[in-house]
Amino acid sequence: MSYPDNCKYTKEHEWIRIDGSTGVIGVTKYAIEQLGDVVHLDLPKVGMKLKSHETFGTIESTKTVSDLYSPAAGTVVEVNASLADAPEAIADDPYSKGWLVKLTLDGAPAGLMSAAEYEKYVSEDSSH
Amino acid sequence: MEFLKKTTSQTVVLEEATLFENSRPGACGIALPPLDVPAADVAKVFGNWARPNDLHLPELSEPEVVRHFTRLSTWNYAIDLGIYPLGSCTMKYNPRLNEEIARSGAILEAHPYDPEEWTQGHLAVMHELQEDLMRVTGHPAVSLQPAAGAQGELTGLMMIAAYHRAQGKPRKTIITADTAHGTNPASAALAGFQIVQVTTDQDGSVHPEAVKAVLNNDVAALMVTNPNTLGVFEKHIKTIADMLHEAGALLYIDGANLNAVLGIARPGDYGADVIQFNLHKTFSTPHGGGGPGSGPVTVSERLIPFLPVPFVEKKGDAFSLSFNRPQTIGRVKAFVGNYGMFIRAWCYIRALGGEGLRRVSEDAILNANYLRSQLKDVFNMPINAPTLHEVVFNDRNQRDSGLETTKIAKRLIDYGMHPPTVHFPLCVRNAIMIEPTETESRREMDRFVGAVKEILATPDVEQAPVRVPRERVDETKAARELKLRHVFR
Repeated sequence: MSYPDNCKYTKEHEWIRIDGSTGVIGVTKYAIEQLGDVVHLDLPKVGMKLKSHETFGTIESTKTVSDLYSPAAGTVVEVNASLADAPEAIADDPYSKGWLVKLTLDGAPAGLMSAAEYEKYVSEDSSH
Repeated sequence: MEFLKKTTSQTVVLEEATLFENSRPGACGIALPPLDVPAADVAKVFGNWARPNDLHLPELSEPEVVRHFTRLSTWNYAIDLGIYPLGSCTMKYNPRLNEEIARSGAILEAHPYDPEEWTQGHLAVMHELQEDLMRVTGHPAVSLQPAAGAQGELTGLMMIAAYHRAQGKPRKTIITADTAHGTNPASAALAGFQIVQVTTDQDGSVHPEAVKAVLNNDVAALMVTNPNTLGVFEKHIKTIADMLHEAGALLYIDGANLNAVLGIARPGDYGADVIQFNLHKTFSTPHGGGGPGSGPVTVSERLIPFLPVPFVEKKGDAFSLSFNRPQTIGRVKAFVGNYGMFIRAWCYIRALGGEGLRRVSEDAILNANYLRSQLKDVFNMPINAPTLHEVVFNDRNQRDSGLETTKIAKRLIDYGMHPPTVHFPLCVRNAIMIEPTETESRREMDRFVGAVKEILATPDVEQAPVRVPRERVDETKAARELKLRHVFR
């Protein structure tokens, strides 16, 4: 499995694509494969302030409910409304149509992994 | 499929409509006498509050209703039909004798408003149960009141909050472990706390350093199940208890897995400040089905002032309900709690005695280790620590052959067995969590092992279960397209 180089990654399997002062957040293909079929998402509202590495919502699959952790601090400017009716888009296209929220960033995020580092991290994931 | 043929039988499967669909206008199960008073005009009495439409209650004869429910009951799986290895749920067989005693007239006809001089026997039973539960956990006080394990958790957390308020320093954080049942963070949130989670080490225990990293003067308590949901005894629990107490925090032990440690380890001895019982797991009260449940709590000296009231007190030879706890968190359940459950637990404890209870745990551990020994060569064991009452595997060895946890579980249904707990605890990917309990014989466990091994040897069978009234349901579609009400035709 490969991961887009233009994203940064968290240990909790979120990605962020940074463009100037804006960041787009989603969850990785690896996370989706572990979760199985996604059935429900609980996402923040526009205007909410997210803190770095704190939970901002939940993702529910037929197996489990997991917290979503924000890779960066910032304010939510847009939420992917199309996911409410079709959460399966996350699995089909996690890095493009399956994005979750857009943020206006409060400074540059820290403590994230590159695609190569993330790939190494998941290959060593000890919870199997 | 030889094993399948030998171990299960075809049953008659009938399709079953709902009572509403079976309704025949005019059918009735009871004969009411003719009205001998003037008929009231509902609309006149209640005005706008009167219902404009009929209730649409189903109309059927008594035998039609009885047969409907009896047929549905034959679709059920129950502990009375075979092994029910649902990990962390302790689905043990409950002795029939306890049910018979709980349903005797003297107990059924007792009324909570009976004066105490009439209910001395009932109060004596509750007092003895209080004493017995304190002996099991090594704590000096108890409340039988909480209506179920989860309410026991909430009661414990409310007492912890009251304790810190009484110290003049309210605290807002509860530490939970990643092996916790979902009820732990849920109860803590309901009691007004914030939750911080610690990660369990690869050896299956929470390490003191992990607790130390998140421990500060806002931490009210650490909440952990012991043995935890990996079936592992938290080996650093005493050290962690001392650390917490030094920092002014308390230790909440979730008693969900108490069935593994009766007469072997007492939470009060290793520093627990509160523990809830789940009487249905350990002490033979009914499993699930809407209860009623019972979740007594025992506490350390620190929390005694905050226990719910009333409790049964013995003065000389007389028993009475005492309300004398000025700092109590109050009442958490009507009257004394679910008395019918106390009777069953009391019978169970009296029948087995201290020695017998210890044997319960020893046999539960023996059975879990038997299943571990039989399955360790076919399943992967992500945490390789000594197993107590339950053992956690996962599907890593099977993934290349296309089998995974959910499929294995679904196929067990075709073998006429309840699947184990799956995808829990959350810290193990695709977990398969097996708890046979002490009431399964070696023969029944071998039947389970035989089924598991045959399933793993034939990975290409799709679409299980097929030998049940409802075949594989589309769980994803059901969850995505929620239909929460029936639409009448």
